[in-house]
Amino acid sequence: MSTIPKGPRPKHLTIGRIGLYCFIIMCALFFLMPLYVMIITSLKDMDEIRAANILNLPKELSFYAWPKAWSQACTGFVCEGLKPGFVNSVKITVPSVIVSVALSALNGYALAFWRFRGAYFFFGLCMFGAFIPYQVMVYPLLKIEDFLGIYSSLPGIILVHTIFGMPILTLIFRNFYASLPIDLFKAARIDGGNFIKIFFYVIIPMSTPITIVAVILQVTGIWNDFLLGLVFAGRDNQPMTVQLNNIVQVDYGVAEYNVDMSATILTSLVPLFVYFISGRWFVRGIAAGAIKG
Amino acid sequence: MKNSVEVKNISFSYGKTEILNDLSLDIKEGEFMVLLGPSGCGKTTLLNCIAGLLDLTDGQIWIEDDNVTWKEPKDRHIGMVFQSYALYPSMTVEKNLSFGLRMMGTAKDLINEKIKNAATLLQINELLKRKPSQLSGGQRQRVAIGRALVRDAKVFLFDEPLSNLDAKLRAELRYEIKKLHRDLSNTMIYVTHDQIEAMTLADRISVMKDGLIQQLDTPKQIYNKPANLFVAGFIGSPSMNFLNAKFKKSNQNIIVGNKQIDISKYENINKLINDQEVVFGIRPENINIEKNENSIQCKVELVEPMGADTLVWTSVEGNPISIRLEGSSNFNLNDEINISFDINKSSIFDSKTEERI
Repeated sequence: MSTIPKGPRPKHLTIGRIGLYCFIIMCALFFLMPLYVMIITSLKDMDEIRAANILNLPKELSFYAWPKAWSQACTGFVCEGLKPGFVNSVKITVPSVIVSVALSALNGYALAFWRFRGAYFFFGLCMFGAFIPYQVMVYPLLKIEDFLGIYSSLPGIILVHTIFGMPILTLIFRNFYASLPIDLFKAARIDGGNFIKIFFYVIIPMSTPITIVAVILQVTGIWNDFLLGLVFAGRDNQPMTVQLNNIVQVDYGVAEYNVDMSATILTSLVPLFVYFISGRWFVRGIAAGAIKG
Repeated sequence: MKNSVEVKNISFSYGKTEILNDLSLDIKEGEFMVLLGPSGCGKTTLLNCIAGLLDLTDGQIWIEDDNVTWKEPKDRHIGMVFQSYALYPSMTVEKNLSFGLRMMGTAKDLINEKIKNAATLLQINELLKRKPSQLSGGQRQRVAIGRALVRDAKVFLFDEPLSNLDAKLRAELRYEIKKLHRDLSNTMIYVTHDQIEAMTLADRISVMKDGLIQQLDTPKQIYNKPANLFVAGFIGSPSMNFLNAKFKKSNQNIIVGNKQIDISKYENINKLINDQEVVFGIRPENINIEKNENSIQCKVELVEPMGADTLVWTSVEGNPISIRLEGSSNFNLNDEINISFDINKSSIFDSKTEERI
């Protein structure tokens, strides 16, 4: 039966489509598998973990691992769980994100609109800085912080995160601002704005999408950081990742996989949450080259 | 009348590329000055220099008897309207209008009053609470003009404000800008590449090319007595017809191929030298279809009816010639016609210097 072409073209499910869906579903399963194992393991008790297959669903749900991971598991000599680590991570992440994003936005704005002498050189320097592996700089930075007297302290770790975040964030902000119509900036100058006023009244209100991208990058980056937290934070300010490591890497007693799993999930909850609530914005920000006024 | 804006011997270059070189221009108070030229001629650069958005390499800018060369844009008593509108996307129309005043710390009552006046003048009262993204192109440009208006700018700068609009809106806003100038009589400097805008709006036009002012005069003068070949070709649509010719003093004729045209009625005939190579220029509307002792016979090659008038294309010695006739005239392809030139409305240029004689 042939129909006369009219109106919208009918959509057919082709072999290619089916193959594509199969592939996507397989990919999703592949990446969700570890999460599945983590969740079900955290809900089993130790006997069942030892006895049964790793992929089996728990016979009876046991929630005891979760509160233990949160507030009782031993990290080294103290047994207070991850809670202090969570608090430390918040104390490190919040100021680091605010300071680094604010400074980078200002930098990017200056680089994009106020073409000062050497702006291109500075831009190149940022590019370079963004690609240096930070392990290289850990020792020199440690000596510098020691000299400044902030090594092993909260300000010390915040400074480190700010320094390492700035090159890439500056680039991101600069590129975003460079895509804004320059006439806007000219109009603001004629309207009487100076460097700071234009930034606050004209540029920042237009920066929402890119700021969200920057915040996501920084929150997840800093929250997931292990090395810098271990080296620079000091014993009192160890972030959640370092304490998680201490829980998992016990030298004595039985390895409690259910506690380890729930501790790991707890630790990764914040970045996961950030991605979930900001997914829409993240895509929009990445594609924010074309903001029309 | 005193000068409102004086551009004194300014130069501007981007790195090694020289855009403007030793350019001077005086704009009288209340004058509507149009900077006209093809893209890349430096007209927008000149406007940005006047606005203070670009730093000069050399020279001075004076606005209202004040040397503003080193002053910030905001201290130059100017308002500027951009091709891209450049409205602040995060602010409502009202906030857009008041931004400049708020930056200056003007009192709230005064701001409201000024916004009300500007909005009434531009008929954007109902739009005040909207965001720029909810406006049409024409409305956006009105708001952009309003932004210059509320600041009580002494000099208005327009940077191709109508280029992003469609033809109908362009004509509408052109009319309104002209009316605005009539009512406010501020000094206005208007950059465009559209000769219709230039002709209709300007008190004086300065035609620019390669960073140089080719001719600075009233629209009428520029149209009827173009200073050189470039101006003659750039102004007018369809453009002026050109014929390469040689002048013979003995009978006061120019020779085009093997045709002769009597130019004894040309105003500056005395300045022509025997055997001088010239370019004879004549506008399409200054060619008549009539048979006389001085007419040339040729064939209709193309007819373009444009409603109000009809354009007939023919050729003389291989040079295409357009003739503007009444809309009611009726010609068909390959019709034999006799054309004669209105010599006292023609322009004759020297082939080498390209200057008008």
